[in-house]
Parts: sequence; structure tokens; C-alpha cells
Amino acid sequence: MIAFIIRRLIQSIGVLLAVALIAFTMFRFVGDPVNQMVGVETSAAEREQIRKSLGLDDPVVVQFGRYVAKAASLDFGISYQFRQPVTKLLAERMPATLELALVSSAFALAVGIAMGVYTALRRNGWLAQVFQAVSLVGVSLPTFLTGILLIYVFSVLLGWLPSFGRGDVVAVGSWWTTGLLTWTGLRALILPAITLGLFQMTLIMRLVRAEMLEVLRTDYIKFARARGLSQRAIHFGHALKNTLVPVITIAGLQLGSVIAFAIITETVFQWPGMGILFLQAVQNVDIPIMAAYLLFIAFLFVVINLVVDLLYAAVDPRLKSTVTAS
Amino acid sequence: MPFTTGEKAESPAEAASAPAPAEGAPGLVARLKDNDLVASFLASKMTMVAAVVTVVLVAAALFAPWIAPTDPFDPAKVDLLDSHLPPRWVEGGEARFLLGTDDQGRDLFSAVLYGLRVSLLIGALGVAFAAAIGITLGLVAGYVGGRVDAVIMRIADVQLTFPAILIALLVDGVVHALLKGASREDTAFGVLVLSIGLSFWVQYARTIRGSTLVEKNKDYIQAARLVGLSPVLIMMRHVLPNVVGPVLVILTINLGLAVITEATLSFLGVGLPPTQPSLGTLIRIGQQFLFSGEWWIVAFPGVTLAGLVLAVNLLGDWLRDALNPKLR
Repeated sequence: MIAFIIRRLIQSIGVLLAVALIAFTMFRFVGDPVNQMVGVETSAAEREQIRKSLGLDDPVVVQFGRYVAKAASLDFGISYQFRQPVTKLLAERMPATLELALVSSAFALAVGIAMGVYTALRRNGWLAQVFQAVSLVGVSLPTFLTGILLIYVFSVLLGWLPSFGRGDVVAVGSWWTTGLLTWTGLRALILPAITLGLFQMTLIMRLVRAEMLEVLRTDYIKFARARGLSQRAIHFGHALKNTLVPVITIAGLQLGSVIAFAIITETVFQWPGMGILFLQAVQNVDIPIMAAYLLFIAFLFVVINLVVDLLYAAVDPRLKSTVTAS
Repeated sequence: MPFTTGEKAESPAEAASAPAPAEGAPGLVARLKDNDLVASFLASKMTMVAAVVTVVLVAAALFAPWIAPTDPFDPAKVDLLDSHLPPRWVEGGEARFLLGTDDQGRDLFSAVLYGLRVSLLIGALGVAFAAAIGITLGLVAGYVGGRVDAVIMRIADVQLTFPAILIALLVDGVVHALLKGASREDTAFGVLVLSIGLSFWVQYARTIRGSTLVEKNKDYIQAARLVGLSPVLIMMRHVLPNVVGPVLVILTINLGLAVITEATLSFLGVGLPPTQPSLGTLIRIGQQFLFSGEWWIVAFPGVTLAGLVLAVNLLGDWLRDALNPKLR
């Protein structure tokens, strides 16, 4: 078991180093860092001075080592556009993105599981057919189109919900701001959260449906019926419980891509999160932000993957035995 | 039985759009016999509609210059006085402009046709480029093996952890940084194809590598080696034709994804500029006018995009099931 954890840890560090190499290559070789920092009137001697002070004349390997060391202490350099530390810029916007991602994942899980169970139990009912059709459309509609549609219906036509921004936010602690505690913040969250969660919702619904249909055919469900348990106990106590492990795994693994996909949702709703920051960086070729965001997403993916793997090993006795055997 | 006629009517429609109707049709027939009849019929009817929609849209894109009443991108023919006109059937619309006009007075019907053309072209080229990279790397990884294989597949693993849209955005940003002299208008098209190619190659590489590993130990390959053919020749002439089959399905499924990726990049403002709009660019433009009630500028490109992607996805799903030996 410990060998398994160590092996996974080494793999994760390997992935992170590979991504760091890409980020470093972008940082160092795409555009000259010195040119981005100085004005037109800076003399060649001064440029040379800055080059030296930044260590750009050292061997590339040394520079990469320094980049990784700095990244490990959360120093990603200075943004070209804002002339501010990248870490500070990202940290300011992280609460908005994380809140949006978590709320939309919760929405996707709750509605997705409910719809999945329903379509599995009433396979031929008309509502189940409608859900199936909706899920097909949900997979095909690009995120930004869903967002625009929701804005048109609920903001422009009905005027119920705000179409942009985060509403009023409240500071919690020294660096976290939340919109969950104010009425306007909650209202502003609804449309972006649905937009972002819709794709995951259809994914989860299809998964739950498939897993439920599979489980309902198994012997222990037949046996539960034979024991005369109520439908409710069979469906929710036995069947649903056994479908939840893969569902929660997928939902966990999807959290990383939800945060990455937030780029699109944040643009549609002008949500002040990391995604918009990254997009501005791409548009204005602000390499330090792009590199830092890339590393952040990679870190997130690696951590989530690791946690899911470890949880699996802890929860599933079969996996544990094969792991120790190998 | 009604489903038989439905199934027969489907074949000709399929032949026009799906590249491999000969392999697909028997699979579907078998499935119809095996499966729940009603469900299969519903499924095939959907496929039929999807095929028709795809054919119509592809044809519209191909023949856009002949169908479109005006050339929306010729500044001489566009009149600002015609801007913001609603569709013909809405009050205030003019007969000249079937679907209304956008903020610059361009005929929206023509703009959508040309936009569809650009979107499909970029999607197809991007997917073709991705397939070319993926097939080459997959062949080399599978055939050469050893360290080359390990390096290629590790890169593929790392890339798989990122969503395609993020890779495409990064490639877009980096390439524009490298080409800082050139204007976005000249480079946007190529950069988009490159971004899509580099974000979608992994699936092809994995599939091709898997089948190459099986294929390379077979007798005919050993024989070719014994005769002294060069490895490149063996890979291209002998291995490739025998492993390339499954790529067809991935191509179809990826086309929908590629069109979405292009539209998303253009919508985010890092794709095609408003002077040569794709569907995504048109939606980006239209979104700004949604609040003044001018829904048509965003609605028609949006519906076209959604219809295209949905139809292509349905065809892809159907093709995957029909060609899947496990389901036959």
C-alpha cells in the first residue's frame, strides 16, 4: 500500500515537472522577458544589467531549476500587463472561480443523479425520454451558446436574474471573498452555475442511468426483491448506493475541467475569476500569467487524481489486495 | 413493418454523407434485428434526420458563394444604413434581407452561410491535421517501440489531463506571441487549424499505437522486414492500411468537437476577426446586441452551429455503434 502511494506520488511529481518545463519554455523563450519589462529608452547596458540580475545568462538547466524552486514557493514573476506579481493577481480571483466551480459541480451532481435515477427507473416514461433528449442536446450545445440562451430568457425577456458580474461580495478572512452570503451574490451565481454545470450534469445523468440499469440486473437486487424489501429501499438503499462510487470519482475528476471550462462561462457572464484573467493574458500575450495558470491547472488535476486514487485504494478492498499483491 | 422502410430509406441518405456506408449498413441491420425494435427505429430515424441536416449544411457551406444573395464581406456592397434590420417576417424587416442584418448592415443569411463555410473548413482541416500528427506518432511509437514509444506516450498522457480547449488557447497565445509582427487577420486561420490539430491528436495516436503493436508481430510484417524493406516503407505501405480503420469513427466524432472548439475560440475573441467571421465570431458580435432586443444577430448563427454539431455528433454516435464489432 505504501509502495503504491509512493509510486503514484513520484508519477504526479513527474507530470508536474513536465508541465513546469513547458511553462518555463514559454516563459523563457516566447518573447524576451527583458524587453517586456523595460521601456524603449532603456540603454543596452541597462538591459544587460537586468539580464544579469534576472539570471538570464545562466545555463538553461540552472534557470529551469530556479523557475521550479520559485514556482514551488508560489512566485511566478510579474505580469507584463498589470506590472503586479502573478500570484497576487491569481489569488485575488481564485475565490470567484472556485465558488462558481464548486456550486456548479454541486448542481450537476444533485440534478444529474436525480435525473439519472429517474430515467433508469422509468425507462419508457415520456419524462425520461425528454431527459434523454435534453442530455443529448446538452452534450452538443457549446457552453457559450447555453449561457447566451439563459441570459436572453432570464435576463432580457423575463428580467429575473442579473446577466453579468458577481453581485455584492463579503470578505471572509484576509484573502477570501464570497458572494454566497449576499442576496445579489446568490442571484448572480445562478445563471453562470447552471451554464457551467450543464455539461457535467448530462454526463452524470448518463452515467447514473447506465450504472443503475447495470446494478438493477444483479443478483443481490433480485435477492433484495425476494426478501420483500420496499421499492424505495431497493432503489435507493441498495441500487443507488452501489452506483455512487464511479459517479463520485467522475465528478471529482471533472472538477479540474470545470475550472478550466470556467474560462468560457466567465467570459459570457463577465464573472471576475481566473478564467477571464487567463483569457486576457492569451489576448495580450502575457506569458507569466499563462504559464502560472497552466501550472495551477496541472497541479489541481494531479492533486485530484491522486486523492481519487488513494480514496479508491482505501475504499475498495479488491483494489487494495491487488495493490499489495503487485 | 414501418421500421423496415425507415431503415431502407436511410441508406441512400447515408451514402451521401457517411464515408463508409458499406460497412455501416449491415451493422445497423443486425442491430435492428437484435435490439428492441422501437428503440432502434427511433435511433435510426434520428440518424436519418441527422444525416439530412449534415448534408444540407455541408452543401450550404460548399455552395455558399452561389446560394448567398450578397457577398457580405465586400465593403463596397455593404451599406451602414441597412444595419440592425430584423428578419423579413418581423415588423420593420425588408424583403432584401431574409434573416435581417447585423450591426454593419451585412445580410445575416449570407454571413451565416459564409461563416458556416469557414467554421466547417477550419474544423475539417484541424481534425485532418490532428489525425495526421496522431497517426504518424502512433505508428512510430507502436512500430519503433522502446524509448521513442515511452516519450511519445508520456507526452500524450500529460496532454490528456488538460481539456482540449485549454491546450488550444495556450497554442493560440504562444503562436501569436511568436508571430508578434503579423496581424491577427492574416494568421488567425492557420493558428486555429494548428491549435485544433495540437489539441486533438492524442486519441489517434493511442488508437493507432494499440493496433500497430498487434499488427507488427504478424507474419506479413516479419516477411516484409526479412525482404529488407525500409521501416518507413513498412509502416506506410503495410502497417498503416491495416490499422487505419478505427480512425474514421474518431474523425467523425472529433469533427463536432473541432467545430465547437473553433467557435469557442472565436467567441472568446482569440479566433477569427470580425472581418472574416466564422459562426463563433458572428455569435460574439451578436451577443453585444442581445440587450437591445436584436436577438436575430446571435440566434441564426447559434442555431446553425448547434444544429451542425448535434447532427455530426449523432452521426458519429451511430457510426461508432454500427462499426463496433461487440454490438454486431
